[in-house]
Amino acid sequence: MNARFIGYTALLVIGLIAPFVVYPIFLMHALCFALFACAFNLLLGYTGLLSFGHAAFFGTAAYTTGYAVKMMGLGPAAGIFAGTMAAVVLGSVFGMLVIQRQGIYFAMITLALAQLGYFFFLQSSFTGGEDGIQGIPRGRFLWMINLEDDRKLYYVVLAIFLFGFVLIHRTIHSPFGQVLKAIRENEPRALSLGYDVNKYKLQAFVISAALSGLAGATYAIVFTFVTLTSADWHTSGDVVLMTLLGGMGTVFGPIVGAFAVVTLQSKLADKVGSLVTVIMGAMFIVCVLLFRNGIVGETVRLYYRVVGRRPD
Amino acid sequence: MIERRRGGPAIAPLLPSHAEMNQVFGVPLPALLGQLMLGLVNGCFYAMLSLGLAIIFGMLNIINFAHGALYMMGAVFTWIALMQFGISYWWSLLLVPLVIAVLGVVVERTMLRRLYKLDNLYSLLLTFGMALVTEGFFRHRYGVSGLPYSIPDAFAGAFNLGFMFLPKYRAWVIGASLLTCFATWYVIERTPMGAYLRAATENPKLVQAFGINVPVMITLTYAIGVGLAGLAGVLAAPATQISPLMGSNLIIVVFAVVVIGGMGSILGSIVTGLGLGLIEGLTKVFYSQAANTVVFLIMALVLLVRPAGLFGKER
Repeated sequence: MNARFIGYTALLVIGLIAPFVVYPIFLMHALCFALFACAFNLLLGYTGLLSFGHAAFFGTAAYTTGYAVKMMGLGPAAGIFAGTMAAVVLGSVFGMLVIQRQGIYFAMITLALAQLGYFFFLQSSFTGGEDGIQGIPRGRFLWMINLEDDRKLYYVVLAIFLFGFVLIHRTIHSPFGQVLKAIRENEPRALSLGYDVNKYKLQAFVISAALSGLAGATYAIVFTFVTLTSADWHTSGDVVLMTLLGGMGTVFGPIVGAFAVVTLQSKLADKVGSLVTVIMGAMFIVCVLLFRNGIVGETVRLYYRVVGRRPD
Repeated sequence: MIERRRGGPAIAPLLPSHAEMNQVFGVPLPALLGQLMLGLVNGCFYAMLSLGLAIIFGMLNIINFAHGALYMMGAVFTWIALMQFGISYWWSLLLVPLVIAVLGVVVERTMLRRLYKLDNLYSLLLTFGMALVTEGFFRHRYGVSGLPYSIPDAFAGAFNLGFMFLPKYRAWVIGASLLTCFATWYVIERTPMGAYLRAATENPKLVQAFGINVPVMITLTYAIGVGLAGLAGVLAAPATQISPLMGSNLIIVVFAVVVIGGMGSILGSIVTGLGLGLIEGLTKVFYSQAANTVVFLIMALVLLVRPAGLFGKER
């Protein structure tokens, strides 16, 4: 417990001094996706549900925030709240539809529903179609913190990320989270024990959608623009890859995966151009064939092998 | 595939001279029939792809996310065959599906086979990765703008049916894919080989105990399933814009088709595919804004009313 406390403190310190060492925009980009991947992991890693449409929540929140802040003049905090709420509403609707089916159908349905959202954003007038919403003012967070300063914005983003991370952490380790794991391991048995499986799945889905929305809303403020990319199925695929690469069902896996993928994408984009997609796809294949526990999962396994204790 | 507004000028030259009189709900009849025809052509592609997905799912219990990418490869290979090797459309019709099927054999033997013991989400992720690699590679190589492929000479022009013009190539696509779908259905439901296949779908261990080589059967099933996607790609090459993105756009709709139909029956996936193509065509005429989304909306509705799909059984 003590070692764990030291570990978390060290990570927090790294988080606090990071913007003095690394370009803050990059860090915020990675943090948004880390939160997104953590939210996604709650569903895939802890409930065993593979959603291929999480970009819908990310994108919806980003568009809502962008619209609320730019067109309606809301402050960034209120805008992010509005975006998150939009994701909650959408998550409830999609969730109610998608929990009707299990397993592989779940993935196909979420993908199709997300595509519905994509076409909605493509054709609606408020989203600016192919151009997206540009020039979203960052403004002042809660009338105090001037977000035009990248470092100040960074700390706000870090706080939002930590809020989401702690919330997920608490969810996983709560009795509710234990039920989710039971559903992941053996759904019929959880049902026969008297748990209303569909209700739990729906709740997990909405929490996951809400936090994905929080990530998307924050993303809109950080980058001051929203485009169709944020609601695209590639983005859904990216977040799956982050979670898979980092390690599904691990607390830190999605964060590691998000930083790895975002780093790779930003480093490679100017070198290999459109071949990035090929590399992402190859990573999927390698992860699935050789590396199913992900970076964090494999590291933990290796650690326990060296220490000689079985992981609990 | 071709965007048209209601009764817009794009269709005007196609109208037989007296047709302005025939209107259905304010839409000129030839325009309506033309869109229905286009819808049917799309429906044929949906049917062929969802048929392949259903066969593969039945035998391997996986969803082949790479199906759209293989369809795209079919079309691009047809284009490459003509441009670089001078291989005509007719030879492509035979060779390209074979090449795609051989690719399928390699993929099944080297990769998918390792995942059968695991949750089938892993094979979904693997095939998704393959789809990304394929799409990314062809996009890098050929860009996103369409590659032109002209309609083979035998199918240039159109039939005049009196009430409308039917482009010969569209008629051919519809005929060829219906024939393919029917042949596939016949082989699976009415031949001894199909009986083995259905038996192995139900209980692979028992079938193997009777001395039938189930692993080979699995490989062949995957090869045939993706071969169908390849064939659809060849048929699509002269009918649509050949673009590296055509596969991913299509596969998401086909997934929705599969959810609507359920993967329980071969005939069911064919009928659902054709029917949704027609509905999409109708939507294009009466409410073109929803043409892209109507299949997804129907999917949502079906999930509410009949979650297992129209022809599906819960498994």
